[in-house]
Order: sequence, then C-alpha cells, then structure tokens
Amino acid sequence: MTSANAWPEERGCPSGLEPPAETAIVDPAPFVEKKGGNAHLDILVFGAKCAGCISKIEGAMAALPEMSSARLNLSTGRLSLDWRDGAFEPVEIMRSIDRLGYRAAPFDPEKAGEAEDAEGRRLIRALAVAGFATANIMLLSISVWAGEGEMGKATVELMHYLSMMIAIPAVAFSGRPFFKSAWGSLRHGRANMDVPISLAVILATGMSLFEFFNGGEHTYFDAAVMLLFFLLIGRYLDHRLRQTARAAARNLIALQAMTASRIKPDGSLQSISARAVAPGDMILLSPGDRAPVDGVIAEGSSDVDMSLVTGESAPARLKVGDVIHSGVVNMSTRLVMRAQKTADESLLADLTRLVEAGEQAKSRYVQIADKAAALYVPVVHSLAALTFLGWFFIGDAGLRVSLMNAIAVLIITCPCALGLAAPAVQIVATGRLFKRGVLVKTGDALERFSEVEAVVFDKTGTLTEGKPRIANREEISDETLMAAASLARISRHPLSRAVIVEAGAGAPAKNVIETPGKGVEGEIDGEKARFGAASFVGTASGEDGQLEAWFRQGEGEPVRFRFEDGLRKDAKETIAALQQRGLAIEILSGDRESVARDVAGMLGVKNWRAGLSPIQKIERLNELKEAGVKVAMVGDGLNDAPALASAHVSLSPGSAADASQAAADFVYQGDALAPIADAYDVSGKARRRMLENFGFAALYNVCAMPLAALGFVTPLIAAVAMSSSSIIVTLNALRLATGAKKK
Amino acid sequence: MTALLFLIPIALFMGGIGLAAFMWSLKSGQYEDLDGAAHRILLDDDLEEGRPDN
Repeated sequence: MTSANAWPEERGCPSGLEPPAETAIVDPAPFVEKKGGNAHLDILVFGAKCAGCISKIEGAMAALPEMSSARLNLSTGRLSLDWRDGAFEPVEIMRSIDRLGYRAAPFDPEKAGEAEDAEGRRLIRALAVAGFATANIMLLSISVWAGEGEMGKATVELMHYLSMMIAIPAVAFSGRPFFKSAWGSLRHGRANMDVPISLAVILATGMSLFEFFNGGEHTYFDAAVMLLFFLLIGRYLDHRLRQTARAAARNLIALQAMTASRIKPDGSLQSISARAVAPGDMILLSPGDRAPVDGVIAEGSSDVDMSLVTGESAPARLKVGDVIHSGVVNMSTRLVMRAQKTADESLLADLTRLVEAGEQAKSRYVQIADKAAALYVPVVHSLAALTFLGWFFIGDAGLRVSLMNAIAVLIITCPCALGLAAPAVQIVATGRLFKRGVLVKTGDALERFSEVEAVVFDKTGTLTEGKPRIANREEISDETLMAAASLARISRHPLSRAVIVEAGAGAPAKNVIETPGKGVEGEIDGEKARFGAASFVGTASGEDGQLEAWFRQGEGEPVRFRFEDGLRKDAKETIAALQQRGLAIEILSGDRESVARDVAGMLGVKNWRAGLSPIQKIERLNELKEAGVKVAMVGDGLNDAPALASAHVSLSPGSAADASQAAADFVYQGDALAPIADAYDVSGKARRRMLENFGFAALYNVCAMPLAALGFVTPLIAAVAMSSSSIIVTLNALRLATGAKKK
Repeated sequence: MTALLFLIPIALFMGGIGLAAFMWSLKSGQYEDLDGAAHRILLDDDLEEGRPDN
C-alpha cells in the first residue's frame, strides 16, 4: 500500500469518516472458521453510522463470489460473513472494506470469547414476567383496597385467589436470579445482598399463602412480585452497564488480533496469527505493518515509529542487525525481521501483563453500593429478629402475629431503593458522558474519578497532538509547499504526512523514490527534486536542534521546514480548569527532557519528569499512591498502558494505542482535552447523587422500619412505600441527565 | 359483580398476549441491533436488485 494513494475522492459515509488507515491491511485468514465447506468470519467495522454505510458495506460483501450472507450490526459494528470456503481469498474482504474507507479488524474467536449474553436474556425475561405479574396483581389488589368494607368476602377471596395464581409462577420464575445467587453465597457460608431479598420474597409469598388458606384478610402477593420487579430493573441496568463496558473492551481486544506475514523457506508468503510466530521465523514487514514479536532486522532498513512503545515522538531508523520490539510500526520501506521471541514473551506481552496486574489491584476497589450492602444485611436481619422476639415475648402476641410483623419488616426494608440507587445514577451519568464523546468503561470508574486528588498526564499524543506540524509555515511559499507535498505523498513518514496535511489534496510527482532515513526524491517540472534530511539535499542542518526537513528543487536554494509537536488546542485551558478544581497536575513523559520542559513551561505545570520507561512511570504512580494521593492517569501510548491500569482511575484519548484504550476507564473522542474536565464534573455529581440516594434509602428505612415493627404496615402501605422510594431514587438519578447547573 | 368472572380472565389473557409478544420479539433478536433497524428502513435497493433480504 505504498501507492500514491493519499485520499481517494469517495471514502465511505461522510458522517462516519475515520482517518484513513495508517496501518496495512490485516489478512484475516487465520481467524476464518471453517465448517463443512463453509467459511464464517466476524469482522469489526469502525465508522459505520448510517443506512448508506450498511448498504455500501453489505453491498460490497454481497458482490464477493459465493457470499451467502453478510449482515452488519450497526450497534456493535460487527459484520458477520458466511461464504463457501475457497471462493476467494479472505484478505479480499478487508481490501474491499478498506476501499470503502472504513477501518476494520477481524475478531479473534478465541480472544473475543463469543459471549452470548445469556445472563442479560435471563434477566430481561424475568423482568418481563415480574412486570406482567406486578401490573395484574396490582389491578386486583387495588380493587380490594378501594372496595374495603363494600366488597363481599367471596369477591375478596376471588381476588386473592387470582393474585395467588399469578404470583406463585411469577415468583418462581423471576426470583431465580436472586435465589440462585443467595443459595450460592449461603453455601459458601456468606450472606450477600440477595439473601435478605430472597428471604423477603419467599417469606412474603409463604405468609400470604398461609393467610389465604386460613381466611386472613391481608395477602402480600403484590409486595412479593413488586419487590422482584423493582430489584430486577436495578439488576438489569447494572448488567447492561457492565455489558457495554465489556463489549467496548472486546472490540479493543479485536484490534489487537494481529497477523504476521511469514516468509516460508521457499520464499512464498503465509499469513499467520501473531501468536503463531515462533523464534527463528522470518517475518515480512511492509510499510504500515506493526512488528508482531521482538526480533532483529534481517534485511532492509527503514524509518520506524516507536512512539507507542517509548513515547518518543521523532521516528527512528533501523538497519540490519538492529533490535526491533513488538508494537513498532514500519513506516518507509519493506523490512524482513527474524523473530527472536514468541508473542507471549515479547515486549507487548510484558506490557499486557503489567496492565493485568494493575487491573487486578483495581478490582479490589469497594464501591459505595457494596459498602452499603455490607452494612445493610446484618442490621435488617437483626431488626427483623428483634421484632419477632419483641412481639412474641414482650407483646405476647402469639406466633402468627409476631411472624407477620417480622416479615413485614423484611418486606418493607427490602433494598429496592438500595438496588436502584447506584445503577440508575451510573446509567444516566455514562449516557450523558457518552453524548459528549466520553466512553465510560466501568460503572465504578465514576466513583473512583470523583475521589481523585491529582491528575498525571503523559505528554506525547495526550497533551500534544502526537503528530508533527509545520512550525514555520509563514517562511515557506505556497509553491514550495505544494512541490514538497508532491514528493511527500508517497511517504508514510510523519514529517511527510505533516506536509501533506498542510498542503491538502494534489497530485504526486513523477518517479518518486523513498530512501529510508534520508528522504524522498523525484522529478518536478523536469528537474530533480529532493525532500528530506539536510545531508540528503546537500546542506547543513539548522543549529537549533529542532525537528526539520529540507526541500530543494534542481540547484535552487534549499528550503527549511521546521516541525513541532503542537499542544492540543485546549490543553492550557483544561489544565487550568483542573487546577482550579483543586487537582494537582503532573507530567510524566518518555520523551527527551528539553521537549518535556518546554511543554510543562507552556502549560504552567511545575511537576514534570522526562525520559521515563513504562516501569518508571508505574513507580512514580506507586510513590504517589504510598503518599496517600489518589491519582488519575491520562495517557495514550503503549508505554502508558501499565501506568493507566495501575492508577486509581485512567483516561485515554480515542487516538490512543489499542492496549491503552483497553486499560483505561474512560476513553474520550476528538482532539480536545475538555472532556477530561467534563468527565470529572459528571463523576463528582454522580457520586453526590449516589450518596443522596443511599441517604434517602436509609432515611426511608428509618421511617418505615418502626411502622413495620409495630405492626402498622398493611399491604397498601407496603406497596406505596416501596414504589415511591424506588421512584424517588430514580428521579434523583435522572436529575443528572438534565444537566442543569446548580451550585 | 358476576361480570368480573369473565372480565378478569379477558384482562389477564390480553396481558398474557402482550407478555408472549415481548418474549417472542426478544427471542427473534429484534433488540440485537436497534441502531441498524432504525436505519435499515431507509434501504430500498434490495428490492430493485432482487437481492434476498437478509
């Protein structure tokens, strides 16, 4: 793909334009599942957003020979393909998607761990049944309450009978998620939140049955199913949140499903999965390819982009015998490398392990909801027991009344509001952030972000754009720029890219060749022209040591292009905004000291460190952690991924390395940094809403408990109290969505 | 009050139909791709080309 491609006129849906793929097309052959002559492949397509995208992509797929079905899921971006095996090379699929202008990655079936969302289906079915039962039993119960005194005894009994007939199967079906989890935890000698829930539901149903058959006047069938209904809403919201997060993580994992081109001894090429690369294999790296494993260069020399590995912004040059790490991207000419390690032993895998270690530490985080539950279970159980003992011994009320009052305590304190309090807030908050282009990957990330006291930034690609930009545009004439761009068009070198971006569309020059580490050379108006290093065009380099390239046409005067890695537009404002909120700011960079100092100076950040390795970044974070400072880490490079995982909370831009996005809790889209401040504000508000909700749930219990313990709670009061508390909690969560700024 | 004897079963039956319809829609994968469904309604090229509606 080193053709003078630049930018074809039509590149996919105008609304879904992803930047043109910088990396070469991945051959999905190792990921095709073959069964009985049929082939199946799942691909993740990025940037598809509208009907036009669906029709273009599915149309292009249907045009491939013997494609039997092609279906794009617009919500998940997953394209499912079935065709007769052998009808065409699988790489054709990726080529035609690339031609349409979409970025695509094959799903590695093993890694993606095809997660049929069985749990979600069970929950929503249970929810539907509970909803049906609640509505219908309520209908019957309300007529009993409303008709009190007027309704005949036989009619009341009929109503109770019908309620019972609906409630028993509904409780048996919808209660399963709770019963199962409660039983599982009891067997291990612990009590989770589902134990009191199951107890309340079963006792409410059992007591109602007993009352019904003994001609009692109150039954609690409505309370039992309503409990389940409200709790299932909370449970389902929570599940959905986690499912979305998991899907996001899975998509990122799919991007890491790398393939490699192995050169067989007979010289032919074979596409294999990166994990199948063995030490000693010869691997072909075309421009745009990423090294799949660590190795040495066996043939060729080329400029490579190490920024994802080291954070160093300027490209490096590798020649025969040099070590190349996995994750390094080849930029200019074809390279052949000899693998020295397997994918699992390579640098990338080391980073992945560090990431996993960090994530494990994070999973020990105790959410507010867990803390509330830990407090709730023993308190409620002992109060219910006290109620029973009190009525039985002190009140001398007999077994039946004592038991009924104890059960009423369990029912009325059942954690409906508690179960809804956190998920409702999290769903609303993540939805609001999503609209602003921030993807929240875990629900508790909001809680963690709101506790943060310091924000640590990576430099390259996070505070800066991560791409060089022409710094002295005013010194260069338009003609020179266009001439240089016509040479640069064939090159993937970042400096060439910067020139093309500045110049815009245009035609490439004739006979252009790229010499790695030097520059590009071609013919313009019949004259030889060169664009590249100072020595390449025959001049001395500038003395200021800045990133530079020279252009010279024929024997004309050489023109100097200076480049800089510009700060993101709102970097200064965002840093100031965060400082204003009382957060300490620090910059940890893998780049050279002079560059880091400049950036820190411009942003007014006093704490900065340069030249750090990934391990040193983690060490610094641990230092802060030991000092008791909770840190948010913002970074984009592969070298930041471990630090992202070990920080208290982490954010990464949508342009970040895939591993970093996978490790981060928040992923924000676009070129601006403002979403960081946004996410911090929303997190803070979400935490307040959650605390309010828990506070309210506690207050409600404090008020309702004595009533229940004293035996004043009728089914009507129970129903009103339970539903109103759930509704209030939900409404309080929805206040977040309005975005009205109070305070 | 005898009207209840057939009105309640009718109400329950209708509610049951609703529940069954929801379960069916869930099972037939109608909630799998909400965004796609919203956009697919705009596609009509499958009719002209005679491509099977997959």
